[in-house]
Amino acid sequence: MSDVTMDDHPKGDRAPGDEHIESEEPGEGYAGYLVGLGLAVLLTMVSFFVAGTSLVWGPSIPIAIAVLAVAQMGVHLVFFLHITSGPDSTNNVMALAFGVLIVFLLIGGSLYIMTHMDQNMLPMDQIMQMQR
Amino acid sequence: MSTTATMPMPMRVRDPYRLGHGHGHERQPSTEHGERGPESKRVIVGYGFWIFLLSDIVMFSALFATYAVLSGNTAGGPSGKQLFDLTNVAIETACLLFSSFTCGVASIGASRRQVGVFYGAMAVTFVFGAVFVLLEAREFASLVLQGDGPQRSAFLSAFFTLVGCHGLHVTCGLLWLLTMMAQVFAKGFRADIMRRVLCFSLFWHALDIIWVALFSVVYLIGAGQ
Repeated sequence: MSDVTMDDHPKGDRAPGDEHIESEEPGEGYAGYLVGLGLAVLLTMVSFFVAGTSLVWGPSIPIAIAVLAVAQMGVHLVFFLHITSGPDSTNNVMALAFGVLIVFLLIGGSLYIMTHMDQNMLPMDQIMQMQR
Repeated sequence: MSTTATMPMPMRVRDPYRLGHGHGHERQPSTEHGERGPESKRVIVGYGFWIFLLSDIVMFSALFATYAVLSGNTAGGPSGKQLFDLTNVAIETACLLFSSFTCGVASIGASRRQVGVFYGAMAVTFVFGAVFVLLEAREFASLVLQGDGPQRSAFLSAFFTLVGCHGLHVTCGLLWLLTMMAQVFAKGFRADIMRRVLCFSLFWHALDIIWVALFSVVYLIGAGQ
């Protein structure tokens, strides 16, 4: 069995997580992982700082944490999983986009339905009354 | 495309898309529509595992939705603000982040056939992952011992399910990591072993992504409310 590597097929698709070690792309090789680690550590520290601070307007803190989390997931996808915008990665990006769509439908839909059901429910003590 | 036209006719009738050929090991000439034949097996395996990881993330999103719906229902018990120790969470996060980095170093070592780099980085990855699992187990044990186990409230049931499911994934990942080190030791950097190393590193990095969502939504936002 021949060991087929990426470099044998410069025009081929790229497996997710695979990288062109010889290439000069940013985000490949040790330097890529170091940049990814630096950005991830930075975003994590900002996240933990924002969560405990009183410098930021209180109600905005959860939104800030969510934005930082999405940014950090992007950093992980690009620098650790090597999901790029290049043509050799189109299939990976399309699969990811579908996954993200399902995640949003599932979480958003659940929260939307459950809050509305919650508002339409009788208060708990009245339900208890009816069951007597 | 011109190559298929020159193929002998009976061949095309029996197997018009040449499905029985190649098995991804060699670049095939075009069949009908594409510009080239099947991708290398490494790309196909990696893509298939990527689809599995996305389905795993969809499963986690169901657990996240459950947690988000139930997080306010503490049934008179403690809320996240009283229970969560953010220092512990910060150490756990650091462990997973650095293990993700060393896992990347290990995959570079594997693709450059540097045995020492591969084993060293995999061992460091294992230590960081094991510290993460131990810290999480200690947190769970102290919660259960002080009477705030999963049966205390809907909030705690959802919390233990979501965080425990991630911890279970990390534990399985640790076993897989040891298996990969043993397989590389026994069989060397063969093409099939290299595909498994690729899948393992994908799995490990994906667990880190889920942890980012987890510490943000459950711990940081939960401790603030």
